[in-house]
Amino acid sequence: MIGKIKNIFNKFLAKFIKKKDMKIGLYGPPNGGKTTLANRICKDWIGEDMGTVSNMAHETREIQIKEQIKIKSKGKELTFNLIDTPGIATKIDYEEFLKAGMKEADAKKRAKEATKGVIDSIKWLDDVDIVIVVLDATLDPYSQVNITIIGNLQARKIPVLIVGNKIDLKKAKIKKIEAAFPQYDVVGISAKYGKKIDKFYEKLFEVS
Amino acid sequence: MVTLRILPYSEIEHLSSLGRIRKILTIAKENKIVLMQGRLRKEEEAELIKTTMEEIDKYFKGIELAVIYPKDQKESGVFSNLKYNIINTLLGDRQGLTIVGPASIVKQIKKDPKKIELLTQEKSKSSKRKKR
Repeated sequence: MIGKIKNIFNKFLAKFIKKKDMKIGLYGPPNGGKTTLANRICKDWIGEDMGTVSNMAHETREIQIKEQIKIKSKGKELTFNLIDTPGIATKIDYEEFLKAGMKEADAKKRAKEATKGVIDSIKWLDDVDIVIVVLDATLDPYSQVNITIIGNLQARKIPVLIVGNKIDLKKAKIKKIEAAFPQYDVVGISAKYGKKIDKFYEKLFEVS
Repeated sequence: MVTLRILPYSEIEHLSSLGRIRKILTIAKENKIVLMQGRLRKEEEAELIKTTMEEIDKYFKGIELAVIYPKDQKESGVFSNLKYNIINTLLGDRQGLTIVGPASIVKQIKKDPKKIELLTQEKSKSSKRKKR
């Protein structure tokens, strides 16, 4: 009898002790460059893309997962599953997609998928271990969506690395992001061109 | 015409998180801008966005949201932190101001330590032409 109880107890413990794969989530508002950064990471370490990118908002409308990515920096190694999430927004209007040249049926479909994408992104906040918040460094960082995302990560005690993307553009202002979120590590990169990407990997090791 | 609906803390303090969110969204869906005394918790803000997404349809395009919080980021040090913690304990979520506007009316909310700017949606060119 005691042996049986011991066995059940050990199985119960093993469930919790079993080392799970680390999940790193890419979060941020639409068009910040989350998928471009995901593609950069995947190309650098596994030699393939993760998703498609475009200038139109809400290109990523489903959670994308790339498993077992192993990165190395300064003799250290980190293995994780990368989660690329749809951009978080407070409003989605299919007419915006119409203006961008889409047909009405496609625009409505895209809007519907985008709303579901936002819901999924928020749900996934409970499942990630580390979050990389990807912001467009050419835009005002004080938007309520940015504040809500970072505030939620803080409340959940999830380690955060903020990426100011698009530093290849003249309007990019990393200092403004640093001033907006002084309690976090901020790294300026160009995911598209790979600028300062080594510094990004170093910072990722620091927060993980 | 833009209608502002003042929501004093006394109207929401007894409500659950879901109740607060429902109340805000119901008013926003009536094409009114909500000025709520106090703030939602961070988790409630995320829940508000999630619920908003669930309700988007042909007529309701979402919301613009801004939370104005009195804590001055520039203030630091033991005494100001202590002062902040005491006020926070006494007042809790009652501090600050939450603004929620339907996206069909409010294009953007710009925050500044000294002012809040609500940028409203412009009427389409076609409707302007009709008026002429």
